[in-house]
Amino acid sequence: MSKSERFSWFYFSSPQTFYPLAGRLQPWFAALAVLFCAVGLYISFFVAPTDAQQGESYRIIFIHVPAAWMSMFIYLVMGFWCGVGLVFNTRLSSMWATALAPTGALFTFIALWTGALWGKPTWGTWWVWDARLTSELILLFLYIGFMALQAAIDDQRRADKAGAVLALVGVINIPIIYFSVQWWSTLHQGSSVSMKSAPTMAMTMFAGMIVMALGFWMYSIAAALARVRCVILERERNTEWVMTEMGGRA
Amino acid sequence: MNWQSWSQFVAMGGYGLYVWGSYAVTLVVMVAEVAALVMRRRGVIDGLAKYYAARGRNHETKT
Repeated sequence: MSKSERFSWFYFSSPQTFYPLAGRLQPWFAALAVLFCAVGLYISFFVAPTDAQQGESYRIIFIHVPAAWMSMFIYLVMGFWCGVGLVFNTRLSSMWATALAPTGALFTFIALWTGALWGKPTWGTWWVWDARLTSELILLFLYIGFMALQAAIDDQRRADKAGAVLALVGVINIPIIYFSVQWWSTLHQGSSVSMKSAPTMAMTMFAGMIVMALGFWMYSIAAALARVRCVILERERNTEWVMTEMGGRA
Repeated sequence: MNWQSWSQFVAMGGYGLYVWGSYAVTLVVMVAEVAALVMRRRGVIDGLAKYYAARGRNHETKT
């Protein structure tokens, strides 16, 4: 392995080298997010047909399902960085966890909100305390709890550790959300998409959902990159390179 | 094409309130997050400038 190959991953695991890289990548992910969301919205409203059973109300699916996916996926990524941070004590991994939480909370909120607005016309109720809905609400509380706990502890290392333990314990909630519709009887329908079988929906509906999910994914990366840059500057403010970066007279 | 007219599109087959309520709130919170990120970045840069300035003054008074 040549020297230039060996450096790559560890090279960018330092906040100092990652900061400019994040700045260069961020606009690309933001542009991809806009592109995918624009195409996704077009498919959602103009290509996908009216649903035979639910009429037009089903069009909420194009944000509801992608948002719910992102809410769980971001939590898993956050949990991964928390684990890495706990084991290896790497600064950047804890910064990633901190940067991901608000965006994860945002998508959890969107999933719950759109779910309520979809539930009212289809189930006749905004909310039920069933397994799927309740575990998704707990996910929102986990995100908020993580952010509040980190904010409440002054010592940064202890804040990261406490947050990481909370986040990792909370990971158990993700399979509970995912399998809740199989494990308990619920108002919520089963998965429309699974790894094992073809999607139980029209191809254009499926395409709209996937493209919107890609849009939300790119948006999450763009938002997290922007936020992690702020976190890096704040936490590394006493380092030489941040002072230089800020044009500071150190 | 699903819609014959603009008003049909807005009505969403009678589910306008639910469909547009979902999309509007999603758009609002995403735009709010982007705005919050822009403001946070400005705040961080501002805050650091003040932090370094204050520290610079302390150094000067000490020496």
